[in-house]
Amino acid sequence: MNPRRFPSLNAVVSTAFAIASGLIVLAGYFFVQTANGQVSLLTDLRLTLLSWAIILAGFAVFIGIINLIQVHVKKIQRKQKGAFYSLLLILSLVVTFLFGLIKPGQMGIVFTTVQLPVEASLMAMLAVTLTYASIRLLRRRLNLLSVIFLVTAVLILFATAPLPFLGTIPVLGDWVRPFLAQVMAAAGARGILLGVALGTLTTGIRLLFGADRPYGGNK
Amino acid sequence: MSNWLGLAGLGIVILSAVLMLALAYLRRKSPPVFRDIPAFTRLRQAVGLVVEDGSRLHVSLGHGSLTTPQSASALAGLALLRRLADLTSAGDQPPIATSGDAPVAILSQDTLQAASKYTDRAASDLVAGRLTGLTPFSYAAGAIPAIRDEKVSANVLMGNFGVEVGLLTDAVERENSFVVAGSDNPTAQAVIYASAQEPLIGEELFAAGAYVESGPLHSASVTVQDILRWLLIAAILVGAALTLAGFL
Repeated sequence: MNPRRFPSLNAVVSTAFAIASGLIVLAGYFFVQTANGQVSLLTDLRLTLLSWAIILAGFAVFIGIINLIQVHVKKIQRKQKGAFYSLLLILSLVVTFLFGLIKPGQMGIVFTTVQLPVEASLMAMLAVTLTYASIRLLRRRLNLLSVIFLVTAVLILFATAPLPFLGTIPVLGDWVRPFLAQVMAAAGARGILLGVALGTLTTGIRLLFGADRPYGGNK
Repeated sequence: MSNWLGLAGLGIVILSAVLMLALAYLRRKSPPVFRDIPAFTRLRQAVGLVVEDGSRLHVSLGHGSLTTPQSASALAGLALLRRLADLTSAGDQPPIATSGDAPVAILSQDTLQAASKYTDRAASDLVAGRLTGLTPFSYAAGAIPAIRDEKVSANVLMGNFGVEVGLLTDAVERENSFVVAGSDNPTAQAVIYASAQEPLIGEELFAAGAYVESGPLHSASVTVQDILRWLLIAAILVGAALTLAGFL
């Protein structure tokens, strides 16, 4: 039997449930109250479905951790490149898990002494990475937009960072930077966000129509 | 006032839905021709190369949570993942999908398994869809080994990212492989513009489905976005004119 022509019962049921849930949640946003001012049934249903979704998302994290362990155990078993780091990751996971069981009130220590410094280091690396990428930009894409991008970045950098012996540069800091950041960049970002909102809307409608089905098989 | 705004919102949703259905039906036999986006043209070429040289495609879905509005970009990425999994079905290996949100990771696994079932791929890799980290930087740190060590020759970064996307594009550059990247976050878009070979700007990532021929509703949704954009521009201009004239 060709699965393309005959979708499984599982796919049909999951699609029907997903579309129905989506429609209920959507309608719940628009019909909040009944005529006599009480909370509508749709709103109640919306809140119930959303709380179920949050519970399921929490359980999904557990499954995600199992998936993470599977990926790294497989890497260790096959002695792939970076297997040592996979071992380190699994050991860290076990130690953190045990620490959480033994001293649940002090889990914050793990984040402030390990996670935060490591992420701050990655952020610092990113500054170097982006500077290098900006230098390579003109080699990769030599056009007017790239030149405008780089000139703007340099202007903002000089206007924001105090320079040795000079301090802030008067015209750049007082006029150019506010104009670029609050007028040009803000207008551009709003335009982009409006476009993203329209894209989000059409993506949601496609899901409600069942055209995109990231659950239980697609087409 | 809030009731009117709610009704206006509902009206926009219904109008968009009706337009999408109508356009999908009217254009079912002659799909519309869209402007050329070089990133998608090169993506198709890169997918062809993945199949030919037996390497892998990596799709990164970002760390947008499924219970927030940022999930839309990940869902658009999942739709693209499904289509790309179909396109690479003749290849030796299934694509890898990485994400920073557990529900999105589960959906990516499901999408890849569904693709392997429908395309008769011999066996689906159970760890092809994976969660690499739960914070933005841990997610990026976990996705870098996938880019570097798993014989990946083409990367699609499509979802909700922050500045950490720069680490991913840098890893791709070091491996000398192909990357097309897009995000719904303007800050990430700036980073992507500076560091990726093929950046997707604005809402171009939501048009991905239409450009890889995912179906008539994808093409119709791009046209609907254009129609709504013009309506929005008209509303902004009318609002500005009325404010200037003292009516608002």
